[in-house]
Amino acid sequence: MSDNPPADRRYTKEHEWALPGGGEVTVGITAFAVEQLGDVTLVNIDVKPGDELATGKAFGTIESVKTLSDLYCPIGGKVVRVNGDLTGKPELVNEDCYGKAWMIAIAPRDPKEVEGLMKHDAYADFVKSAAH
Amino acid sequence: MTETPLRRTSLHAEHVALGARMVPFAGWEMPVQYTGVVDEHVAVRTAAGIFDVSHMGELRLRGEYAGHVVDYLTTNDAKKLVDGQAMYTCVCNERGTILDDVIVYRHGQEDWLVVCNASNRDKMVAHFGRAAKDHCDFEDQTPCSALVALQGPRALEILAATGGADAAGLASFRFRAATVAGVGCVVSRTGYTGEDGVEIFCAWADAPSLWRGLLAAGRGAGLKPIGLGARDTLRLEARLSLYGNDIDETTDPLEAGLGWVVKLGKGDFIGRDALQKIQSRPLARKLVGFEVTGRGIARHGYPLLDPDGTTIGVCTSGSPGPTVGKNIGLGYVASAMAAVGTRLVVDCRGKSVDAVVVVTPFYKKGASKGAAGANP
Repeated sequence: MSDNPPADRRYTKEHEWALPGGGEVTVGITAFAVEQLGDVTLVNIDVKPGDELATGKAFGTIESVKTLSDLYCPIGGKVVRVNGDLTGKPELVNEDCYGKAWMIAIAPRDPKEVEGLMKHDAYADFVKSAAH
Repeated sequence: MTETPLRRTSLHAEHVALGARMVPFAGWEMPVQYTGVVDEHVAVRTAAGIFDVSHMGELRLRGEYAGHVVDYLTTNDAKKLVDGQAMYTCVCNERGTILDDVIVYRHGQEDWLVVCNASNRDKMVAHFGRAAKDHCDFEDQTPCSALVALQGPRALEILAATGGADAAGLASFRFRAATVAGVGCVVSRTGYTGEDGVEIFCAWADAPSLWRGLLAAGRGAGLKPIGLGARDTLRLEARLSLYGNDIDETTDPLEAGLGWVVKLGKGDFIGRDALQKIQSRPLARKLVGFEVTGRGIARHGYPLLDPDGTTIGVCTSGSPGPTVGKNIGLGYVASAMAAVGTRLVVDCRGKSVDAVVVVTPFYKKGASKGAAGANP
């Protein structure tokens, strides 16, 4: 399962994606990250709407059967929404990591910050080089 | 991080062809998963799974005094074994703590096999090699002996379908020579999953034929290849100890709940005096099973606290239990906190998560489900 990263968003080396739209940036993790994790069994989002997050700050953890990983915020800003569905249905991450398993939405401090992240093709190359 | 090249088993190409993700494990490149840990776990509980465990150490001791050497180095009573019988045992040091946990096979009065953990192979080769010196022949057969485990409620049926009908009738912890999928091998009614099944020894070069033959014969029954990931969740549900996690050189068999393989009355053996002393006093701590009732997964090394927040132990193994449907773990706790029903708190990286001591094994193969294959 090496789904091509969608072209509509940006990516980080920590395998998060950031999708700008409507003044917000929605954040989740990539298919590559999901593949590395395996069966996701727990998503803990440790922030709530109103919290300020700095770029690269951990906003929660994701656990699979075997491992635990931190979730990092790709850009700085204020949390506007968190995906409560993941609490009861962590398997959404395995099923639809680019859609239903979005994790948080941020009102960016600097609307241009997201443009500094990797484009989909650069991220695909990054994953290719990371895998070898 | 190490630059030492990883060893490969003779089944390496099979794993790669099956799409396994390969990872370093105890100096070997081993499959951690093929289709996914949960999927593989469920296959073993409901149908059958095949595992490459060729990385495990195989030490052979032969000669008139081979049995004595084995018995002197193990806590369980090797003298009680008959030809074709195996036993689980600890290997302790003089302090009574655990150097390794192994299975001892008596091939003959003068022919013994010890199967040890891959992570402890060098240590066990040195330990048994030293003890064997001047007393019996000793050989590390790991490089020439492959080992494949076939486990699950349909394992024996698959074994019988590949020519191992005689071996399918073996009692627990018995073994015999057999021909399986055209390969000459030794089949042992042992395993590390909590399911019925066997472990099959064969020559290094024959393992691919055995592996392919079993997979082909078992496909209709739901047989799947299983990686180290599911091997770990399966053994944890069955409360089987993992060396390096639950037991090591800082733990003794009694506190680890392995007192049943310590036979203090069997005659002298390494660690006996220390274990006698340990047994004469109440245990300070015990390895218990717990279920995480809060939102969290306990992991190796997480502190265990009492409800007041005082540290009373440490988690040694933890993960979701796919069959029991709960997050489970093992850990050492102060003996006063070891009773079933005792409330614990797991410190999950600074987050307090509730847990409770429960009866183990977490999973016991259902008597009512009737070991499929036992009554064909």
